[in-house]
Amino acid sequence: MERYRILPHTADGKFQAFGRTLEEAFGNAALAMASLMWDWEKVGRRVRHFIHVKAIDREQLLVKFLSEIIFLFGTKSFLLGRVEGLRIRPEFSGLSLEALLEGEVLSDAHELHGDVKAVTYHDLKIEACDGFTVQVVVDM
Amino acid sequence: MELRKIDDNTWEIPKEGEMRVPAVIYSSARLLEDIRRDQTLTQARNVACLPGIVRYSYVMPDAHQGYGFPIGGVAAFGLDEGIISPGGVGYDINCGVRLLKTDYDESEVTAKRKELLAEIFREVPAGVGKGGVTKLSRSVLKEVLVRGAEWAVENGYGRAEDLERTEERGRMAEAEADGISERALERGIPQLGTLGAGNHFLEIQKVLEIYDETAARTFGLHAAGQVLVMIHCGSRGLGHQVATDYIEAMENAFGVAGLPDRELVHAPFMSPEGQRYYRSMCAAVNYAFANRQMIAHWVRDVFARVLGSAKGMDQVYDVCHNVAKVEEHEDGGRSRRLVVHRKGATRSFGPGRPEVPARYRSVGQPVIIPGSMGTASFLLAGTKEAEGLSFGSTAHGAGRVMSRHEALRRFRGEKIRDDMARRGIELKSTSWKGVAEEASEAYKDVDEVVRVSDQVGLGRLVAKVVPIGVMKG
Repeated sequence: MERYRILPHTADGKFQAFGRTLEEAFGNAALAMASLMWDWEKVGRRVRHFIHVKAIDREQLLVKFLSEIIFLFGTKSFLLGRVEGLRIRPEFSGLSLEALLEGEVLSDAHELHGDVKAVTYHDLKIEACDGFTVQVVVDM
Repeated sequence: MELRKIDDNTWEIPKEGEMRVPAVIYSSARLLEDIRRDQTLTQARNVACLPGIVRYSYVMPDAHQGYGFPIGGVAAFGLDEGIISPGGVGYDINCGVRLLKTDYDESEVTAKRKELLAEIFREVPAGVGKGGVTKLSRSVLKEVLVRGAEWAVENGYGRAEDLERTEERGRMAEAEADGISERALERGIPQLGTLGAGNHFLEIQKVLEIYDETAARTFGLHAAGQVLVMIHCGSRGLGHQVATDYIEAMENAFGVAGLPDRELVHAPFMSPEGQRYYRSMCAAVNYAFANRQMIAHWVRDVFARVLGSAKGMDQVYDVCHNVAKVEEHEDGGRSRRLVVHRKGATRSFGPGRPEVPARYRSVGQPVIIPGSMGTASFLLAGTKEAEGLSFGSTAHGAGRVMSRHEALRRFRGEKIRDDMARRGIELKSTSWKGVAEEASEAYKDVDEVVRVSDQVGLGRLVAKVVPIGVMKG
């Protein structure tokens, strides 16, 4: 199954990610976003970050989840290579997500080719039809 | 969508449905073709629906689709009944442009421009994931957030007179660091004093043509061939995090029901959420002022080292093009305070406004409009008419017309470098791919943008400048 597809967008980065479950689609969205900045397939699994985010709805959950990856890159030079154990659970007032992000710290061995600065709600879509499709526009 | 032609450069979306005011678009027929191609007009109409909006939802000639508000959008709201929206400011808070003049003529610089550019490239950190040389403590960062360029000057970056030639004197007084999240601080610490990537650049330029002698002289521009330096960057990850944090805070406080676009989330200006965002946004604005102040200082250092002196390297001005500010404007025959959102738009105050530095008050504030990489940029002067036309605002640049994806498919960075070299422009970048993405063909024609601005009266043309050396993040 295709993980994601990068779409044309005038000013910024846009992609769709797919999954049999919402969790899988979210995980593939993380890789799609990473692909706008580095080649995640060439990133090893030496460093791990456990993340936990809460949100009022699925859209906010996706924005906050992807924002974690930008934050870890900006503050810890962390390059995502793989998403493990992504779980989404209902909470008393919304949803929560936890996941283990695996990757490496940026070094001369890696090449960066873009700078994603923020995740937006513009044209953001989460659709359930033959699995899940999520669509995201990021500010570059 | 119905668009009513008012004159050759002015169009109106009449008030309909949920709109509280009409929308006005300043654009030539040619630029309008681009504007109509994306969601700019729908976004301008959405802005016209927001509570407390005054007069019109304005669209500048370089407008293109943004998030929530269009890029090139200007909207003002009453303080008591109106709102503030992070989407009306943009993610890169106080993305802006600083212009330095020199007393050098092109002939004195041409032979050394390679060396100048290489040295600037070494001194000014740039590119994706690139941290600064200044390691800040949390408490010093908070001081930067409250004091902006003032902090930078006090710590040896630049000159005291730079402050009077910076919008807001380089410091928005309403700034508070308390509303800035730990995450924003963490992103801000390593990035102060860095150019960043994307469309941000630093150029060594020369004056090509002067249109208005008096204004040019007042701004420190004397003749064609005079060398200038332009710096275009913003508040880096810190500003983006502030925007992300407050979009979430406003969603959680007010919900998202009824919004035509979630990026339009807003808070009443006087509400605790509105005030917290405003004061935090001001802090991010200050961070960006300090950032450009530091970069300008390093550029002067390089000129002094390579050419023997940085004498005459006075700052012309420093403008924000992503900001919300409380300003005094006419509304229905009386003067009142409004919160003016400029997203991808430059303040363009004319002669006499107290916000304009005393030395420029007779001609209006300098308005700096950067072109795309390797093309011309312009210096304009603010006008009195602009206050009535657009709350004293004009365009901010060229505006993209082609996706990065498409630009990458069509252009190659190395080829662009060679083409520019043939035109006498030296280029240095951290990424050839980044250069391809920023190819000038991916942008609107900035000449047409400033022509419309001048004809409508949003900003008066003063000078055209072209690059001789380009550093891209």
